[in-house]
Amino acid sequence: MAENKKVLVIGGGFSGLTAAVETAEAGFEVIIVEKTPFFGGRVTQLNKYFPKLCPPNCGLEINFKRIKNSGDIILHTLAEVEKISGQEGNYDVTIKLSPRFVNDKCVGCNACAEACPVEMPNEFNFGMNKTRAAYITHNQAFPFKYVIDGKNCKGTSCSKCVAACKYDAIHLDMKAETINVNVGAIVLATGWEPYDVTKLDILGAGQIKNVITNMQMERLASPNGPTDGKILRPSDSKPAMNIAFVQCAGSRDENHLPYCSYICCMASLKQVTYVREQYPDSTARIFYIDIRTPGTRYEQFYRKIQGDQNVTFTKGKVARITEDPATKDVIVEAEDVMSGKKIKARFDMVVLATGMVPSTRAAKIPGDIAYTPEGFVAAASLNKGIYAVGSLKSPVDVARSVQDATGVAIKSIQSARR
Amino acid sequence: MEKKFGVYICKGCGIGEAVNIDELKKTTAGGAKIAAEAIREHEILCSPAGLEMINNDVKEGTNCIVVGACSPRVKFEEFDFPGALTERVNLRELVAWTMEPNTEDTQSVAEDYLKMGVVKLQRGDLPEPKILEDLSSTIMVVGGGFTGLTAALESANAGYKVILVEKEAELGGWGAKLYKETPRTYPYDKLDDPAVFGKIKEAEAHENIRICKSTVIEKTDGQPGLFDVTLRTNGSTETVKVGSFIMAAGWKPYDATKLGHLGYGNPNVITNVQMEEIAKKGKIIRPSDGKEAKNVAFIQCAGQRDMNHLPYCSAFCCATSLKQAKYVREKSSDAVAMIFYKDIRTPGQTELFYKNMQNDPGVLLTKADVTGITDAGNGNLYVEAENTLLGEKIKVEADLVVLATGIVPATRAPQEYLDGLAAATLKGDEAKKNYIEGTEKPEFILNLAYKQGPELPSEDGYYGFADSSFICFQYETRRTGIYTAGCVKQPMTMVDAASDAAGAALKAIQCVEHVAKGIAVHPRAWDATFPDPMMIKCTSCKRCTDECPFGAIDEDEKGTPFFKINRCRRCGTCMGACPERIVSFKDFSVDIVGSMIKNMDVPDEGYRIIVLACENDAYPALDSAAIKKYKLNPSVRIIPVRCLGSTNLVWVTDALSRGIDGLILLGCKYGENYQCHFVKGSELASYRFGKLQETLTKLQLEADRCQLMQVAISDYDALPKMIDDFVARIEEIGPNPFKGF
Repeated sequence: MAENKKVLVIGGGFSGLTAAVETAEAGFEVIIVEKTPFFGGRVTQLNKYFPKLCPPNCGLEINFKRIKNSGDIILHTLAEVEKISGQEGNYDVTIKLSPRFVNDKCVGCNACAEACPVEMPNEFNFGMNKTRAAYITHNQAFPFKYVIDGKNCKGTSCSKCVAACKYDAIHLDMKAETINVNVGAIVLATGWEPYDVTKLDILGAGQIKNVITNMQMERLASPNGPTDGKILRPSDSKPAMNIAFVQCAGSRDENHLPYCSYICCMASLKQVTYVREQYPDSTARIFYIDIRTPGTRYEQFYRKIQGDQNVTFTKGKVARITEDPATKDVIVEAEDVMSGKKIKARFDMVVLATGMVPSTRAAKIPGDIAYTPEGFVAAASLNKGIYAVGSLKSPVDVARSVQDATGVAIKSIQSARR
Repeated sequence: MEKKFGVYICKGCGIGEAVNIDELKKTTAGGAKIAAEAIREHEILCSPAGLEMINNDVKEGTNCIVVGACSPRVKFEEFDFPGALTERVNLRELVAWTMEPNTEDTQSVAEDYLKMGVVKLQRGDLPEPKILEDLSSTIMVVGGGFTGLTAALESANAGYKVILVEKEAELGGWGAKLYKETPRTYPYDKLDDPAVFGKIKEAEAHENIRICKSTVIEKTDGQPGLFDVTLRTNGSTETVKVGSFIMAAGWKPYDATKLGHLGYGNPNVITNVQMEEIAKKGKIIRPSDGKEAKNVAFIQCAGQRDMNHLPYCSAFCCATSLKQAKYVREKSSDAVAMIFYKDIRTPGQTELFYKNMQNDPGVLLTKADVTGITDAGNGNLYVEAENTLLGEKIKVEADLVVLATGIVPATRAPQEYLDGLAAATLKGDEAKKNYIEGTEKPEFILNLAYKQGPELPSEDGYYGFADSSFICFQYETRRTGIYTAGCVKQPMTMVDAASDAAGAALKAIQCVEHVAKGIAVHPRAWDATFPDPMMIKCTSCKRCTDECPFGAIDEDEKGTPFFKINRCRRCGTCMGACPERIVSFKDFSVDIVGSMIKNMDVPDEGYRIIVLACENDAYPALDSAAIKKYKLNPSVRIIPVRCLGSTNLVWVTDALSRGIDGLILLGCKYGENYQCHFVKGSELASYRFGKLQETLTKLQLEADRCQLMQVAISDYDALPKMIDDFVARIEEIGPNPFKGF
């Protein structure tokens, strides 16, 4: 019997990690490539999961431990697939590895970040604070190894980090390299991006300071976020006591995203708990079209929030969001469709439930892959041996991504088994 | 194995600046009884030169390696010595990064940790997997509906033998009763033909699949790899051996006779299931008079999202009613469909189907609270509703009403019966007897011959669904080797059921592959250790059989516990439960941890506190606190454990009798929304701890000396203070009176 082929997983977020570790634990070798310097993807930016309100790093920790103990998983960060050719059971893939400028000798001591003179917006926190060009995203990042941002680093002319590193871990002359791998199956798990808020003109187009996105809210509430978990409004760092959540910000809208982004209702309900727990006197108002909390646990969670006297639900689409220039408060205008009444209300802060855009809308995967007009992978038309996971096919939550990634793992081993 | 020790101390990352390494080496040699020449230091142990030093010793026969450096969570590739016992002593995060440098206290912490690391290896052994004989890799799929068929085909296509059991005479389940399916692909405008028939054909022709129709499971005995399943087909029985299960027993529609308030009972008020049957036959003909229905009203959430009926949402009914509205419209161009909903729930791309239907002028939709369905004469009905988009109170005439009824998992009736039985049993033998005689026993599904009960336990408050509580791990049941899929687990659409079935199939495959290697399944999927009880000392107290979260321990005829190793998840709960301390793993035992505790320094002056920390969450949180450079109280000694459930009370009593002033159990949240990855670990530890505190009080030791704290991996900011507060409380109470005895 010939040896089983390897499986390539493109994308190191929760779906990709799940696909990789589940495939490996079925007895197959896996290569996983992640575009950014760290694994974990979107969920590492979340404070808590709905509906259990448990921290995502808990499940990640277990998966990282499974990876460490498996021995059958090859990890590549800063890696992007450049070319795919071949067919089921025999795909040749070219992968470009960008330099980290930090090698395996890094011990995670933070000396490079302390020495680095370059400040840049912290993308992990959606620009809500600054980071150095030598950085690690957070204290449970995996791998726990710093990275030098190639775009912002001043290079060898500066070299302050090199001097600060006692472990010979930083080499600013590292070059990109290309590797070729042969695999039996390929899993596409490149995930999603938040919808670009600047396109939402009537909702402030990202110009109003105290209007933030749901993903920014996750960072604000996270203990490893820009405010150490305190929910403070950006304009004056005061506690946000009176918050509006605007659902379907871009989603279910022919001018933006015609589909429903699945997670936003539960995400906003969850974020209501962040605020209500942190500030017992706070209030929240949710503007929605439909509250979509399918199944048992989600509906139960919704019911619980409905029982909170300080939370109001208003069925109606928001027509306009403006800023009070004096106070920087946010004015929301909407129609309550049940009563037909026009509403104009003032809030400390507004959270836009912006939706999911498949990463493949902007960044197509090289190879013969068909997409829907919104950029989702048209899964039914994929070549045999190539499988798409989770939010590349349709917006889904973490639980369904895990199911799907585990399901795709069996497809991969069918293709990789010789 | 003859042990040859090597102790390696790293001086990098601030360890050398915080600790006197020469002293550390000396005291370790003495305290841990290690030859001085076996203790080495290096400036940067994880560097190539440092690793070479260790590897040279390994070549010379060193096989017990104590690495005094950073946390075991990092540098795992570097400090990997196959075939050797390796213990990582966390001198960086738990000492150098969290203690004042160069103090007596800090030195003492480092010495204790290093000694404890050595003791752990002195007492432990290399794991050797236990592989049971005559293992089967056949996968049994329970349920021949869409989900079960998908699971069977996926497993079979991956090369595994499958036995598919269906209790009905035909395969297909509810999926075969559908006229059409909701669109699955872009642009979501055309209804699809039911997919299940193709799957039936494929399964029937598949060489790896054996199909047993009209068959139920009479009994399931054994364990993963070695399940003996007794099947009954039309009165005859047969026992087959299988390796693992996919449980896809499916669902039943909610009993519509309970929906009299929505007009059920009137022949022209039908359920969504009946609607499929009608559509399958041709025109939408209403039952009362065979007239073609032209004004069809759909009532969403009929008996759902309703505390008097099903409190939950069945997830697919909105799309189903939209689909059935399309039947109405396609079969008769002048027909009208009216949908009364609470919220339209068409998440993801299903929204595009909703949009397509909204664009059909013959489909009317309104949010509404339906208050009644009443007879309008001529077989027609009035739908009366409040709070609608069309007005506060409306009354609309329809010639057919379709109730979007929800689903009830097949596991619910057995679960309710068993819950009732358990409650009756608590009341005594008489009540139990009355219950058994007076209650109709529902159809059981698996009939497990397990001490902990015959079915998959469902979680409290989740309506009998056999679901996983873990968002990250969707296939976690409390019965190892039995994986659920489809609507028995959660209400779900067919698209979701297909991927769920494939996922469950993968887990079933992993299970048979892992038992063949003698290693655990999730979450310790690499672990080759197993509980090895010294049965000669067992008193048959049965605490282990009661407490094992996974039902891994049965009893033989004499009532003696019988460990079914392949059901074991290696959490160590049995080890924690056993009052005789007879359960051990090769690298984790009552003796190992007990010896670590016995070997730590207990000062005459000052305080000593032990923290037993869950290695999955509490320990990484401590590491993260260290990365943030918080200070940890130098009175504490942290010992990671597999799960708090493995905490044996003898550790606590021994520690207290040695003069240790207090103990913290640092574990995961339990109860509702529990986060323990072994389900019950921290809860059981808390239960045992509660008992212990009574004993302490009797011994005139303050109960406050022991505390269980529930923490999450993200609690690193709070943890140092929680520990400080505990130490402060101990200081208030004063030193342990047993100190010095």
